Amino acid sequence: MTDQSASAPLVVPAHRGLLGRFARRAEAVVLPLAALLVGIAVFSIFLLLQGKSPIQFFALTYQGAFGSAFSWQNTLSRTAPLLFAALCVALPARLGLVVIGGEGAIVLGGVAAGAAGVVFSQSIGLIAFPLMAACAMLVGGLWIGAVGALRYYRGVNETIASLLMAYIAIALMNHLVEGPLRDPESLNKPSTTPLPAQLRVGDIPGWEVHWGLAFGILACLLAWVLIEKTTWGFAARIAGGNMRAAQVQGLSVGRLIIGFTALGGALAGLAGFFEVAAVHGSANGSLAAGYGYTGILVAFLARHNPLAIIPVAILLAGFEASSGLIQRRMNLPAATVLVLQGFVFVSILMSDTLYGRFKMFAPERWRSA
Amino acid sequence: MNTGAIGVETLHMTMRFGAFTALDDCSIHVKPGSFHALLGENGAGKSTLVKCMMGFYHPTSGEMLVDRKEARIADPKAAHALGLGMVYQHFTLVPSLTAAENLVISREDAPRVIDWHRERIDLQTFMADMPFQVPLDQPVRALAAGEKQKLEILKQLYLGRRFLILDEPTSVLTPDEADEVLGHVRQLCEEGTISVLMITHKFREVTAYADEVSVLRRGKLVGSGKVSGLSHADMAAMMMGDATLASPSPRMETAGAPVLQVQNARMRDRSGLKDIEIADLTVRAGEIVGIAGISGNGQMELMEILTGQRALDSGTIRINGAPYSATRKEAHKARVRFLPEEPLQNACAPRMSVTENIAFRSFDTGGFWLSPSDMRRRAADLVAAFKVKTASLDSPIQSLSGGNVQRAVLARELSGEVDLLVISNPCFGLDFSAVSEIRARIMAARNSNTAVLLMSEDLDEIMELADRVLVMSEGRISYDAPIAQADIATIGHHMGGHA
Repeated sequence: MTDQSASAPLVVPAHRGLLGRFARRAEAVVLPLAALLVGIAVFSIFLLLQGKSPIQFFALTYQGAFGSAFSWQNTLSRTAPLLFAALCVALPARLGLVVIGGEGAIVLGGVAAGAAGVVFSQSIGLIAFPLMAACAMLVGGLWIGAVGALRYYRGVNETIASLLMAYIAIALMNHLVEGPLRDPESLNKPSTTPLPAQLRVGDIPGWEVHWGLAFGILACLLAWVLIEKTTWGFAARIAGGNMRAAQVQGLSVGRLIIGFTALGGALAGLAGFFEVAAVHGSANGSLAAGYGYTGILVAFLARHNPLAIIPVAILLAGFEASSGLIQRRMNLPAATVLVLQGFVFVSILMSDTLYGRFKMFAPERWRSA
Repeated sequence: MNTGAIGVETLHMTMRFGAFTALDDCSIHVKPGSFHALLGENGAGKSTLVKCMMGFYHPTSGEMLVDRKEARIADPKAAHALGLGMVYQHFTLVPSLTAAENLVISREDAPRVIDWHRERIDLQTFMADMPFQVPLDQPVRALAAGEKQKLEILKQLYLGRRFLILDEPTSVLTPDEADEVLGHVRQLCEEGTISVLMITHKFREVTAYADEVSVLRRGKLVGSGKVSGLSHADMAAMMMGDATLASPSPRMETAGAPVLQVQNARMRDRSGLKDIEIADLTVRAGEIVGIAGISGNGQMELMEILTGQRALDSGTIRINGAPYSATRKEAHKARVRFLPEEPLQNACAPRMSVTENIAFRSFDTGGFWLSPSDMRRRAADLVAAFKVKTASLDSPIQSLSGGNVQRAVLARELSGEVDLLVISNPCFGLDFSAVSEIRARIMAARNSNTAVLLMSEDLDEIMELADRVLVMSEGRISYDAPIAQADIATIGHHMGGHA
């Protein structure tokens, strides 16, 4: 450890300063993109082994996801819950916590919103919507906040706890919609009482996509502001960068952990609200559609950056939206998209070991000209 | 299998790491059947020496004789084949397996399919010859620390080792357990079963159990001889070297009011086995109180209660007269700053930028919104004032050298008014120029009326900087004297756990 090893003049040429800043940022874009391409390449081999054409697959994916106004609409409606689910992973991740149980908060948030909708069925939307959303966020926040509390007070691994609690949440939802909250008229598919027409969230005017998308994008923007521009976010980044250093600085690590997990859970709960109020019209088993799990992949691909979550969520929603078309036209099972997601996820996780390895992204290691 | 103790001798062994000489022309001789103690301060070269003997390092020059024959030890396996074994400071047993299973799987020739019936009979015959026993059928995690250490030693005997290196074998044991284990080891030496080379800091253990001792200081062998002819004072003098007392730095007279007062503080130590007890510790404004001591005697725990990472079981901490519980608000109000050891691991977020790391103390003074321009300006000022060498303010702090990380952290913690500065090993692993600069900063803080609590394993650093010297040993403050009256031999005594 000699003192000369990393010494370089502090005054750097201006172009190198700008270029340097660009290079540093580029790492977080180039590596996930490369990982995505590697995942797609491995998936293509998987297709070839089955005698299917990868080119046809991705052409159909494009067509089914982004090829027409209808497919865009399909993609964007699937994007909304993914945005919230990804934030439920990304916010705790900035504190160094890997929470993968957003599905539980979505499901229970949906049940809470459905139940609240029944209670407020006589009110107008302007009054009922905020109350339904608040119930959904409260339940989701408590659910994932409990994961944070278990982690902080009892040292329980948050990854396992959140995953197992997601299964509990799904079981709880099944119990509620088949039992106490069941609408006697829902025969084949046990559900809560359908929401009256005035309590259905409509579409963004001229878009034919429900309002969940707008709120999801807003939530991503606000989350980005919170993390990058506020002192709370900075405190969370310190704790995520080094828990011990945060403690030595006197930051209340417990409050940060519980606060950020609860906030993530509340946003996932909001996804449940939109699924019930805008898509299904009542809370039922369709809430457990796997958005919480796809959200994990979205957050990791986006490097837990809330702004990057927006395009990544649209991309992955597109894969899911096109699965029906691929199923019909290529005679592949619907689970094929899950295989693709799996390959991409493994590739993303492996790319995590590459950060800091490449000289071109670290201006301090550039040889001075 | 050969039996009986073997002797080991190193001849002019030297080990260099780059420009740094860790071990300098060291010749020690451990006679067959002797219990040889190896004394020295932290960084004196003890571990380097034994790692060379065990083949973990290849010495730059020098030879080794095992059983009076020249031996070239390429790797630890070669050392094992010659009958050399090592017991580490921390246990290397598999906690979930039983003692018997641990013994059998440690064998290099353990078969793929183990015939447990036969192994058990063999183990019973083996244990019957041993002077002490360990329950063979319990999982190791159920054993007490002393039992585990006995099992570690039994394992070495089971593997046919006839020369054992013990690296601070009692550091995780209670005093009674230590006496029992070392008593058995001595018995084995007297019976001629093994020879032992034991690294230790504790003079008491040397006098009670060893028959010969070698003392290392700064990589050199500075003394060697029969234990019976040496007093504790002699050993302390050899360990510390009496001619190297660093002269105290120039300082201004500033006797101030008490800033930090710790009273009757009691907490569990890291291992959960022992209590740390600080009866009374006061640091005044404009004073550096140095806490000397071998690491692992409670300094880290003291730092942790002051920084709020560990809870007090009882007792009080007061700063400027007010109770202190280490929240950010209190630290800010009482103007308390910390400089933990190994700053990159303990005081920085390695992947965050230099600017962000420098902002850790001050980012939340402006309310809810961050102010990047203020953060940047502040970082630029401090980087210039403290001469931190960095490629840019946006570089991750982990790309800086050790000395520059420490400068950056010092810049952050010393900016503005500071009433109390708590420091732990500030110069660990830094080169000469960084060391003198960082010490000068600490002295300057003292001269501007900051109360400084300095915990250091480097006695020279304490003698140079401190106004008052305390020694921490076995979780207690066992010595307290103004620098003018501090006597190096007495300090050495207390550091060795023997008053």
